[in-house]
Amino acid sequence: MWRFIGSRLLQAIPVLLVVITVTFFLIRVAPGGPFDSEKAVVPEVKAALEAQYRLNLTLFQQYTAYLGDLSHGDLGPSFKYPGRSVNELIAAGFPVTAELALYALLVALVIGGIAGVVASLKPNTAQDYIPMSVAMIGICMPSLLLGPILILVFGVYLDWLPVSGWGDSPGDKVLPAITLGAAYAAYIARLSRAGMLEVMSQDYIRTARAKGLPEWQVVSRHALRGGMIPVVAFLGPAFAGLLSGSFVVETIFQIPGLGRFYVQAAFNRDYTMILGSTVFLATLIVVFNLLSDILAAWMNPRLRNQLRAQ
Amino acid sequence: MTTPEINDVAQAEQGTSLWRDAWLRLRRNRLAVLGLTVLLLFIFIAAVTPWIAPYDYAQQDLELGAAPPSAAHWLGTDIFGRDLLTQIMFGGRISLAVGFIATAVALLIGVTWGAIAGYMGGRVDAVMMRLVDIIYALPFMIFIVLLMVVFGRNMLLLFLAIGAVEWLTMARIMRSQVQSLRQQEFVEAAISLGLPTAAIIRRHLIPNALGPIIVYTTLTIPSVMLLEAFLSFLGLGVQPPETSWGLLISYGAESMEEYPWLLVFPGLALTLTLFSLNFLGDGLRDALDVRGAKD
Repeated sequence: MWRFIGSRLLQAIPVLLVVITVTFFLIRVAPGGPFDSEKAVVPEVKAALEAQYRLNLTLFQQYTAYLGDLSHGDLGPSFKYPGRSVNELIAAGFPVTAELALYALLVALVIGGIAGVVASLKPNTAQDYIPMSVAMIGICMPSLLLGPILILVFGVYLDWLPVSGWGDSPGDKVLPAITLGAAYAAYIARLSRAGMLEVMSQDYIRTARAKGLPEWQVVSRHALRGGMIPVVAFLGPAFAGLLSGSFVVETIFQIPGLGRFYVQAAFNRDYTMILGSTVFLATLIVVFNLLSDILAAWMNPRLRNQLRAQ
Repeated sequence: MTTPEINDVAQAEQGTSLWRDAWLRLRRNRLAVLGLTVLLLFIFIAAVTPWIAPYDYAQQDLELGAAPPSAAHWLGTDIFGRDLLTQIMFGGRISLAVGFIATAVALLIGVTWGAIAGYMGGRVDAVMMRLVDIIYALPFMIFIVLLMVVFGRNMLLLFLAIGAVEWLTMARIMRSQVQSLRQQEFVEAAISLGLPTAAIIRRHLIPNALGPIIVYTTLTIPSVMLLEAFLSFLGLGVQPPETSWGLLISYGAESMEEYPWLLVFPGLALTLTLFSLNFLGDGLRDALDVRGAKD
C-alpha cells in the first residue's frame, strides 16, 4: 500500500513542476508588461517597482527565485492590488470556493448516488428510466443556463430564495450548490447505476442471496461497496471540475470566491495572481486525484490484497 | 469478365457488414434518430444562414428595443432591437463550428498519437503515454482561461486550445484498440507479408478501431461546445461583434428578469444540440457495441 502511495506521489511531482513551469513562462511571453498602462513613471520609481517584482533579473533567475519562494509557500505580491500578496487573496477567496464545492459535491453524491442505486435495482423499468432521463437533462443543461433559470424561477417568480450573495442571508447557498452540483449528480447517477449493475451480476451477490439475506442487506452490505468504486474514482476529477465550474457559478451568483478572483485577474492581467492561483488550484487538483485513486484502490479488495502483497 | 463479379460479391458482403448492421440497430433507437435529425437540421440551418436569416445580422431598431416574440420577430428582439432568431442562427454557426473543428483537432492529434504509441509499443509507448498521463492531471479549464488571457481572445486559438486539451482520451482509446488489434492474426499476416507500417496502420488498424473513435468523437463535440459556452459566458471566449450561443446566454442572463426570452431561446438552442449529440452518441455506442468509450 505504501509503495503504491509512494509511487503515486512521485508521479505527482513532475505534474506540478510542469504546471508551474508552463504557467510561469506562458505568462512571461504574454504581450505587455504589468506597468505599461501606467503613465510615465520616474525612472527610479520604475526601477524600484521592477526590483520589487524582480523584473530586473533575467528570466531564468526570476524562475528559480519563484521556485525558491514556492518551496516555502510564498506566491509573491499581486500586480494589481499593491501591498496585497497573492497568498492573502487566495486565503480570502478559497474558503468560500471550497465551501461551495463541498456543498455541491454533497448535493451530487446524495442525489446522484440514490438515483443511480434506485435505477439499478429494477433495470429497464420506469424506476430506471425516470431517474436516468432526469440525469440526461442534468448532463445537457449547462450550469450557465441552469443558474439563471433557477434564479428566475425560485428567486424572482416564486421569491423563495435569495438570488445572490454568500452567507449574507439564510438560504443563499442553496441555489449555487444545486447549480454547481447538478451535472455531477447526473454523472454520479450514471456511474453508480453502471457500477451497481455490474456488481449485482457477480457470483458473491448470488452467494449472499443464496444464504437467504434479505435484498436490502444484499444491496447495502455487499453490493454498494463494490458498486460505488467507479463513483469514488470519479471524485478526484469531479473535484477538479467543481473548482473550475465555480468560475461560472460564482460569476452568476456574485459570490466572492477564488473563481471570481481568477476571472477578474484574467481581465485585469494581474499576472502574479493568475500564476499563483493556477499553481494553487493545480496542486489541489493533483492532491485530490491522488486521494481518490488511493481510496478507490483501497475499496477494491482484489487491488488492495495485491498492493499488500507487494 | 470476372472482375465485375468480384466487385459485386465485395459489395454484397459490404451490404451485410458490421456498419450496415450498426446502422440498422441505430435506426431502431428512436432517441438517437431524433438526435441525428435535429443535429442535421441545425447544421443545415447553420450552413445556409447567410441566405435565409430573416434580418440582417447587425440591423438594429433602437425604437423597438427588446420586444417579446411576435409575427415580425418570431423569437423577439434584444435591447438594441436586433432580431433574436437571426442572432441565434449566426451564433449557432460559431458554436457548432467550434464544436466540430476543435473536435477534429482533438481527433487528429489523439488518433495519430494513440496509434503510434500502441503500434510501436515498448519504450516509445511508455514515454508517449507517460506524457498523456501528465497532461491529463493538469487543470484544463484553468489552462484554457490562461491561454485566452495570454494570447488574446482569438477564435482560431480557441479552436486550437480546446482541441489541444481534448485529445488525451482519444489517444488512450486509440492506443488500447491498436494494442489489442496488433496481436490478431490478420495484422500479423499483414506484417509477415511485408506491408509497410504506414499501410498497416492506415489499412488495418484505423478502420478496425473506428467504432470507439466515432462514439467518443460524438460525445466529445458536446463537451467542447459546453467549454466554448462556458468561456464566452465569462467573456473570455467569442468576442463581439461575433456571437455564439454561450455569449447570447450571458447577455440573456443579464436582463432575464425583464426579458426572459433572451435567455430561454438561446438556452434552448444550446440544450437541444447537446441533447441530440448525447443521444446520438449513446445510440452509436449501443449500435456499434462499444464499451468504456466514456463513463
